[in-house]
Amino acid sequence: MHRFLLAVLRRDLTLAARRRGDWMIAQFFFVMVASLFPLGIGPEPEMLARIGPGVLWVAATLASLLSLSRLFADDHHDGSLEHMVLSPEPTVLLVLGKSIAHWLIYGIPVLLIAPVLGIQFNLSWEAIWILEISLLLGTPILSLLGSVGAALTLGLRGGGVLLTLLILPLYVPALIFGAGAVDGVMTGTGAEAHLSLLGAFMLLSLMISPWIAAAALRVSLE
Amino acid sequence: MNLYTYASPANFYHLAGKLIPWFAWSAGLLTIWGLYISFFLAPTDFQQSEAYRIIFIHVPAAWMSMFIYLVMAFWGAIGLAFNTRLSFMMARALAPTGALFTFIALWTGALWGKPMWGAWWVWDARLTSELILLFLYVGIIALWAAIDDVRRGDRAGSLLTLIGAINVPIIYFSVKWWNTLHQGASISLTKAPSMAAIMLQGMLVMAIAAWLYTIAVALVRVRRIILERERHTDWVKAILEAK
Repeated sequence: MHRFLLAVLRRDLTLAARRRGDWMIAQFFFVMVASLFPLGIGPEPEMLARIGPGVLWVAATLASLLSLSRLFADDHHDGSLEHMVLSPEPTVLLVLGKSIAHWLIYGIPVLLIAPVLGIQFNLSWEAIWILEISLLLGTPILSLLGSVGAALTLGLRGGGVLLTLLILPLYVPALIFGAGAVDGVMTGTGAEAHLSLLGAFMLLSLMISPWIAAAALRVSLE
Repeated sequence: MNLYTYASPANFYHLAGKLIPWFAWSAGLLTIWGLYISFFLAPTDFQQSEAYRIIFIHVPAAWMSMFIYLVMAFWGAIGLAFNTRLSFMMARALAPTGALFTFIALWTGALWGKPMWGAWWVWDARLTSELILLFLYVGIIALWAAIDDVRRGDRAGSLLTLIGAINVPIIYFSVKWWNTLHQGASISLTKAPSMAAIMLQGMLVMAIAAWLYTIAVALVRVRRIILERERHTDWVKAILEAK
């Protein structure tokens, strides 16, 4: 069973490694959205530190949506997705493998870029450290919940925009706890509670999302 | 009598036709009674004077907005589990009314907020989660609108409703906590310390009226959906020719 999961992972990672341009777009999008805020609001360091955690979290959320619309689309296009769903291996594992691969391709680079953007936003080292932990716990939620949206909107006209509409409301708790943790450490109320809740939400998404996404995938491929 | 016979769209179509006048009339009468209580019997509030009277619309609308979402999730789950066509039709018939009540709750909340708090909108926990609920409704309706295939649309919409239903409590508590962190206790919606019995009565009457109205409209809408989807069958052709 885990061999199937590993096979899905290896396949998606290989595909991503061969087409680097695809996933770099999401990362540049992340950097650009975050960089637009100081231009729009003004360069005062105190204010940037105040809005920084929220802006970085919102930018990470939007960047994940940008890449999620492609999660199943390419495989659906060349027909390989149908074969994978028809295979005797459980669809849940297929979805889980693809979600994990998406997180590795999209989430890890976000984790690497975020500290640099944190410096731009005048965050303290402690705040950047908490931001990293919150993104580490939070970005898997985006990949997991997003897989549901990607499966539901598979092959639809304007699927990408629709995906945004469906999934953004579901991201709200992750955004609140994630940005709240960094806020908490900056205002001195502590980040543990936020991080614990973020972790709990991540585990809940891990338990539920693959099943719903698998059901959605079967519905979409009928 | 076997209740399952009404799971068939053809039987339910006729049952719904008989039930609609009852629900519609009782909703209308209760609305008149409720409005009479709220405008003439309920006393003027000593803190908020006359402006509080919007509560008689606002609270029932807010209750219905959440209740309808749960009912939609229920019908979606039944449809997915037992593969009953009528359940999906009920879920679809309920969604516009749910979105409407959510919008009314937000709108009346803004109208109420202006004289009470001096602002049309505050990022209060309830207002915010109600807004996110509206987004969820819009998302589900948009998904239905985007999928032409009826069978796929039904199932996809129900799955989205279900994952939303799991999320709604989490969203509510996260927003509530976020709000207390950011805003302090300057504004609180959880007042109404001791509500006069007649006020509560007016609110309940209006809530029941809203509930009956929802049933009546949902039944009207589900009849249209049945006709549209069963238009290839003989009994629908017979009805359409008779008209």
